[in-house]
Amino acid sequence: MSNKTTKYSISVEASTAYLAEVRNFVAHHALAHGIPEKDISEIRLAVDEAYTNIIKHAFKNKPKKPVNIEIGFEDGLIWITITDEGESFDPSTYSEPDLLKRIKNKQRGGMGVYLIRKLMDQVQYKRIGDINEIKMVKLL
Amino acid sequence: MKNFSIAIREVGSIHVLDISGELDAHTASQLENSLKELITMGKTQIIVNCNRLEYIASAGLGVFMAYIEDVRSLGGDIKLSNMTERVYNVFDLLGFPTLYDILDDESEAITDFQSK
Repeated sequence: MSNKTTKYSISVEASTAYLAEVRNFVAHHALAHGIPEKDISEIRLAVDEAYTNIIKHAFKNKPKKPVNIEIGFEDGLIWITITDEGESFDPSTYSEPDLLKRIKNKQRGGMGVYLIRKLMDQVQYKRIGDINEIKMVKLL
Repeated sequence: MKNFSIAIREVGSIHVLDISGELDAHTASQLENSLKELITMGKTQIIVNCNRLEYIASAGLGVFMAYIEDVRSLGGDIKLSNMTERVYNVFDLLGFPTLYDILDDESEAITDFQSK
């Protein structure tokens, strides 16, 4: 089916120091493929949130291992996969955050997964051996 | 290299934070430190002017979530103003407009504080 896929990848350490680079990587390729600006900003944010979650949860803020980000363009859709070898993460435990409750309890975070689901059309988490993969799809 | 910066202005007893650039999990600590410092000094009438904020991720919103209760319990508030549509959309997706004062222009936030 995907006979016309064009894909690009980047590998960075799990560190917030690379967040801007990762965002710019996906935005740059999306722009080059003529993707509308609104879709580009949604993809940038979704990738940021997914990568941030990997840094914080899969690697507990200890940068060492690489995180691989791949973006692919097909007819009518864009997909992004992010893979890492950190601790696996169970997104099924996440639901829509109750903002008022979080503010009262001075909790922060936990909003990334919700945002990703709002911004992208399909989100899938997989564990393949020692590798975690999140695949996000945006329909155009 | 940081792609985020903060400048603080005083308007009477109000402190205005002009934030510019990209607010993410890497740069959020800068905003957090500025807010913490103001609150420690008892400065709780705070406006965050987002006119030059180009981008925000949930880590940036988390900073506002962490301090709003403290500030309000001390009789102050953190009001947000001058957001671009793109930045506003992120606040909106997470339900901020019902719990935070988000104003079109900084002058409205100043008037709100001064009329208290």
